[in-house]
Amino acid sequence: MNSPEPSTEHLGTVELRIPGKPEWVAVARLAVAAIANRLPFTVEEIEDLKLAIAEACTICIQQGGGIAAIDITCDATTSSLRVDVRDDRYRTLADMGAAKRQSVMAVDGEGLGIFLIQALMDNLEYNATPQYGAQLVMTKRVGA
Amino acid sequence: MDIKVHVRESDDDAYVVELGGEIDVYTSPKVKDAITELIDQGHYNLVINLEKVRYIDSTGLGVLIGGLKRVREHGGTVNLVCTNPQIKKIFDITGLVKIFGIFDDEAGAKKALA
Repeated sequence: MNSPEPSTEHLGTVELRIPGKPEWVAVARLAVAAIANRLPFTVEEIEDLKLAIAEACTICIQQGGGIAAIDITCDATTSSLRVDVRDDRYRTLADMGAAKRQSVMAVDGEGLGIFLIQALMDNLEYNATPQYGAQLVMTKRVGA
Repeated sequence: MDIKVHVRESDDDAYVVELGGEIDVYTSPKVKDAITELIDQGHYNLVINLEKVRYIDSTGLGVLIGGLKRVREHGGTVNLVCTNPQIKKIFDITGLVKIFGIFDDEAGAKKALA
């Protein structure tokens, strides 16, 4: 007899907008940590999340060249936290038309930020170009 | 959010940069300035003490890497003092444990400079 699949319940969505300036990244980091604290993450997992969100915000700022704001949307379920980080210039790939996408490495210094997010989170999807802004969507599963 | 930077000369011709607080995209320029100033003054053997650092991100790591590159051009090196498990984990993940000398105490870090 197969054991039943653990059910996942949506706990809530939290949206946060911070100014696109370095001094505000700590606010995003601490807010996401507080949200993550609502889930049964370990202290170490919450530290991973804090760093990953900060890295995503830093990428938005560093490649944005004076963006006004960063939008952060957190979707919490009983088994995971999904965080969408994007700068206020972000356009979808469809909106970009024929514009050539550049490697995120070109806007992320030595690529350490993306590398860290990939290492600390369970899933990462990103689109980032200097012309069209950045979006990074990452998920951390509880106990993964 | 805060960063504390304290530079002192050690009794064995090394300089110690003692950092405390959080090193991120906002505070890392202050750390970079302190390290750059020491190197510009001709000090190429540095110990950077991270014992009181609670948090470091890729911009902080970039500052440390930049400092190491510059002192190595002059035959020097940078040793780190780090005891925080979360920060050690970041050095492990990025492979920087193979590039920096990382020590549990300042005495060990200074001794390894000699």
